[in-house]
Amino acid sequence: MTTANPTQDQAWGEAWGEAALRLASGEARLVGLWADGAEARMALSTGRPELEFFHYVAVDGSFPSVGATHAPAIRLERAIADLSGLRARGAPDPRPWLDHGRWPLAHPLGDGAPAGGGEPERYAFLGAEGVGLHQIPVGPVHAGIIEPGHFRFHASGETIVRLEARLGYVHKGVERLMAGADVARGAELAGRVSGDSTIAYQIAFARAVEAASGIVAPPRAAWLRALMAEIERVANHLGDIGAICNDASFALMHAHTGALRELTLRAADIAFGHRLMMDRIAPGGVLVDLDRDRRAALRELTATIRDRFPRLVELYDNTASLQDRTVGTGRLDPELAQRFGCGGVIGRASGRDFDARRDHPYSPYGELRFETPVRREGDVNARVWVRIREVEESLRLIGQILDRLPVGPIRAKREPAARAGEGWALAEGFRGDVFVHVRLGDDGRIARCHLRDPSWFQWPLLEAAIEGNIVADFPLCNKSFNCSYSGHDL
Amino acid sequence: MRRTLIEGLLSGPLTQAAPGADDPELAALAAEVERAAAASLGRSLSIRHVDAGSCNGCELEIHALGNAYYDLERFGLRFVASPRHADVLLVTGPVTLNMREALERTYAATPAPKWVIASGACAKDGGVFAGSYAIVGGVGDVVPVDLYVPGCPPRPATLLKALLALFKGRER
Repeated sequence: MTTANPTQDQAWGEAWGEAALRLASGEARLVGLWADGAEARMALSTGRPELEFFHYVAVDGSFPSVGATHAPAIRLERAIADLSGLRARGAPDPRPWLDHGRWPLAHPLGDGAPAGGGEPERYAFLGAEGVGLHQIPVGPVHAGIIEPGHFRFHASGETIVRLEARLGYVHKGVERLMAGADVARGAELAGRVSGDSTIAYQIAFARAVEAASGIVAPPRAAWLRALMAEIERVANHLGDIGAICNDASFALMHAHTGALRELTLRAADIAFGHRLMMDRIAPGGVLVDLDRDRRAALRELTATIRDRFPRLVELYDNTASLQDRTVGTGRLDPELAQRFGCGGVIGRASGRDFDARRDHPYSPYGELRFETPVRREGDVNARVWVRIREVEESLRLIGQILDRLPVGPIRAKREPAARAGEGWALAEGFRGDVFVHVRLGDDGRIARCHLRDPSWFQWPLLEAAIEGNIVADFPLCNKSFNCSYSGHDL
Repeated sequence: MRRTLIEGLLSGPLTQAAPGADDPELAALAAEVERAAAASLGRSLSIRHVDAGSCNGCELEIHALGNAYYDLERFGLRFVASPRHADVLLVTGPVTLNMREALERTYAATPAPKWVIASGACAKDGGVFAGSYAIVGGVGDVVPVDLYVPGCPPRPATLLKALLALFKGRER
């Protein structure tokens, strides 16, 4: 990995430009784009396990826009401008993103100067022109029990002509809270970036810190982490499969998968002492062990799901009225999914065969057998099926882990050293790949930690997938994407 | 589908027994409620949930209230789509500055008499996000709160007791 040294040479400037071109040509995919102090940073993946890192020293407070030639970077650059004050030169969209003009300070990760104050500016939504078009504003407070965000529809009768999301409502300033924190506090915050992915974030953060400080979690800890990750995946997919069907008014499925999800959370509670398994993982290992008795609760869980789930799958497959709603609805073009490097279920339902557990392998997945289901249709139905297959794969993984869980310590012998360093990790959560990059200061505390939710590359695609669908199918499409608001807004 | 339906009818309910009158957690929560809802509204409440900035962990557990094990609606409690239909606002998260106005407007849109339950550690005082430039603090810093529910996130069983506590609270 390169480090910034503007006096060394100017090669980094050229490398930045070349990296942007490789993204535009589809040769590489964008993993992360963030700012650290006066430096813009970028992480790229080219299909190899290692990532490539680039930086650009923003001498005059700006850096060449990547979004100008590669659309997935646009919102990340808008977030950089809001949080760090670095401007992307030639960026196609100068509007603020996370900053709604309500914070007491501007550029909280940059100079943190007092904000101008006064009334927040009206947000300029993108337009759509045509005879008889009308706008439908929705949110930030929605009708259901979901997170806040604003959706602006332009509709022609029932048909959606354009959807634009406005996010940032649940921005909590996590990355600023991280700065200067010790790694234990960092783990606590990382586990609350997106509550439904708490394990994925805890794993990504812990592994990034371990890489930065040169420690390795013992094998048993890595296996327990994977066990928790697969339980989290099963719980969330069960919830989503039911919720998607419920949004198509098929409550029976929701009732049954809801019961299975509840059993999953209860088993997690018995096994690890918390229903969502928050605060179970720390850099260097895990904080709770799994004894033989509590392992039985997980075996019972997998047996129950294996017994009941196939019939629910059959129910989904055989209910024509339900399929009528899901087949062909909210189709995401595989080409777009590929260009955006869209991870998780959404990408895999649109032909993007990517799984961080396999493609950026981390222990113990190299020693486990699992398949990554992929479909090409890209509609709501495909996203349901990928979730169904992933539940089955995760049950297999849980079984393998319980059978072969290595014995030994659950924490590394030494604590993360008090020394400077940088590290990164990708962890495959139920929603997709969570990317964490951490820079530790000389005192071993967090100098800068960037956490990129998979939703960054999924929210924009919802806007594409919904075009031409009817307004009434938006909840169905949105649920089948199930992007995180909190993880994105950070 | 027929088989699933018939089995569902023939097997016993999954629903858990309601917490008894002697449940200590319920009693403790009820003791905090200054004005009981029962006197005004009988035994039925409409609840509007507002996420004012949570990490979405609280939402997962609020969702669980609707599953077969907790079955919230058997108590006459139900979630509604509009604050104008609500008696209770169930608010989660530290209130972010970007959500403050939306919360205030939701509260204003809720007809009196109304109750506010602030659910989760963040809703109490900002929780792990306390001190951030982007949050106001707790829910009580923005709208008057009748009851705080502890937990990160609160367990569904605790949430259920908190909602039932509104009926059992002290009368003024």
